[in-house]
Amino acid sequence: MSNETNTRLQAKFNEGVTEVKALIKHPMETGQTKDLETGKLIPAHFIEEIRCEYNDEVVMSAQWGVGISANPYLAFQFEGGKIGDKVKLTWKDNQGQTETTVTEIIPK
Amino acid sequence: MITSRRNFLKNTLSSAIVLITSTAILSQRVLADWSKMAFTAKNTEEALMALFNDSDATVSDKITIVSPEIAENGKVVPVEVKVDLPRVESITLFSEKNPVPLLAQFNFTGGRAKGWIKTRIKMAETGKVIAVVKADSKLYQASREIKVTVGGCGG
Repeated sequence: MSNETNTRLQAKFNEGVTEVKALIKHPMETGQTKDLETGKLIPAHFIEEIRCEYNDEVVMSAQWGVGISANPYLAFQFEGGKIGDKVKLTWKDNQGQTETTVTEIIPK
Repeated sequence: MITSRRNFLKNTLSSAIVLITSTAILSQRVLADWSKMAFTAKNTEEALMALFNDSDATVSDKITIVSPEIAENGKVVPVEVKVDLPRVESITLFSEKNPVPLLAQFNFTGGRAKGWIKTRIKMAETGKVIAVVKADSKLYQASREIKVTVGGCGG
């Protein structure tokens, strides 16, 4: 793996609420799609688990299946947060690949 | 009473160990919860049983699913779920006609998160998208029919 990150993470604070947006570069293969050249099924490759922490407190954790679109997008909000504080997002896919991304909360 | 230095050290050390242990368990648990049973379920009811041991979700107008009425590309259907209920614990999304109906479950641990999510889903064909919300230990649901022009589940 290169050092280049597959996750774009943003956390913006406005009126007591922090909104987290994540965009992840990932194929989210269902395992049901045929490779047009070889005629063989492309193996399933998808993010299974994703969680978000604010100051080491888990504020959101999700389990995903193959029904989330390729290059997944996720947005959610949590109460509180402070400009400059860290928000951490971690995901893990069914092939064991994982990535952790940290960002600082910025004003909206 | 003055705590002796020895006792003080003993107490702080043991609480530090407890803290480390609980953090390790927490991170392990949160990233090891994928429910194979729910994701191999062939319908919404089975998946709900696997996730909540209950499939009886009350229809609620406090849950709003925002999405286009017609999705031209079933591979990428933007969906937003807004919940106006207190103490939302999780939002679970289904596309009833997909080979794997369960799309995702979002858990709001710690009670900080708002009852709101936005994501993009795949839809095999025209059908209902269902949002099941667990709030205050009860299950609620809402659904929305989305027309799909070109299905997005491959195969």
